[in-house]
Amino acid sequence: MADRPIWKSGVTLAVIAAICTSLVAITWQLTAERIETNKKEWLERSLQPALAGLFFDSSVTESMLMIPPPHELPGSGTAIIYRVYAGEKPVAALFVVSARDGYAGPIRLLIGIAMDGTVTGVRVLEHRETPGLGDRIEITKSGWVLQFDGHSLQDPEPARWALKGDGGDFDQLTGASVTPRAIVNAIRQTLTYFDANRVAVFAAMADDEDGASQEAE
Amino acid sequence: MMSVGLLERFKTGLWRENPGLVQLLGLCPLLAVTASFVNGLGLGIATLAVLMASNALVSATRRWIQPEIRVPIYVLIIASLVTCIELIFKAWFPDLDRSLGIFIPLIVTNCAIVARAEVFASRNPVGSSIIDGLVMGTGFALLLMTIGAFRELFGQGSLFARMDMLFGGEPVRGIVLAENGWLLLVMPPGAFFSLALAIAAKNAIDGRRKDARTELPRHARTLNR
Repeated sequence: MADRPIWKSGVTLAVIAAICTSLVAITWQLTAERIETNKKEWLERSLQPALAGLFFDSSVTESMLMIPPPHELPGSGTAIIYRVYAGEKPVAALFVVSARDGYAGPIRLLIGIAMDGTVTGVRVLEHRETPGLGDRIEITKSGWVLQFDGHSLQDPEPARWALKGDGGDFDQLTGASVTPRAIVNAIRQTLTYFDANRVAVFAAMADDEDGASQEAE
Repeated sequence: MMSVGLLERFKTGLWRENPGLVQLLGLCPLLAVTASFVNGLGLGIATLAVLMASNALVSATRRWIQPEIRVPIYVLIIASLVTCIELIFKAWFPDLDRSLGIFIPLIVTNCAIVARAEVFASRNPVGSSIIDGLVMGTGFALLLMTIGAFRELFGQGSLFARMDMLFGGEPVRGIVLAENGWLLLVMPPGAFFSLALAIAAKNAIDGRRKDARTELPRHARTLNR
């Protein structure tokens, strides 16, 4: 058995490798389209809650804008902005940013801001906060993130954009203070950015997912 | 082991040689994903599917595989199957795929699978190997579900939350018994405690049976830990 020539082993390996590769290739063929649709659907679906009460008719994901660092938005990584339109008219902007100073690493946030500067919705996309304490920032665990809806930089005034314990207007979470503070700060910073860059945000060309530019708006 | 009936085979996989409880294989995914019942069930199903398919393929090709290259071939087969399962999950259970994250691709590293290929599928006919994959995979999945249910119940105060990730529909909160639980159980140390309790419970039951019958249970501890 041990005297079998080495090339025979090589051939066996090659044949098995070919079989396995085709197995993966066939599965990929069968699933690729569904996976792509799922990805788009999930993105659209996860962006909807930040657009409560707005009328819009554009596909949200088509007007993506990537803002590479450095930028004045929260977080050190690339921020993403989705522009939302009703016909030709800009309606709102969705920001995907990171609140860097969470209790356990960055908190990925989705923040919707209407053209008049009011918050249309906030959702936590990704976080590693403590289960049972900090994770009540998730909409499936508690309604805490809903308290920002309808507020803007004028309401309350910037100094009061903080937790009640820090002399501001917003509710905290029992047992967790770092997590909510990080989120309040990130929202205020995003509102400030939008206030200063409103025109530029909507004038920029869209990036598609591969980073290539599409037609200008 | 080959001549015993199906029922005996199931008893072996689910209890006597349970991959998680007795052979202590595949502990990394077991400890990592069992924070909730649905995660345990999802990873259990994925592992079961990979185990059955890999046992079938290894057994079907066993006559052509020279012993000196068997390990790279097992790795190749298992890695391809896991990739297929991952694609299938992404296509049909996208929410669950997101929830299990890296642990679907990491099924590759579940040594329970390569262990079954080595000790069983490489020496037995296809049918018997598929049954082996079925009973061992079921044993592993049931353990994942038990520990998942335990940790979710006492750690979060709920049971069967987010079952929609497997069966579709609106997000569900499951049976909510309390708003909070004993946090530690949901966190990583809780996984170790829960597994230890499960193993202790099994040993206690076995011990009692042994006393009753005064006959040694036959633990065939064939493999490395």
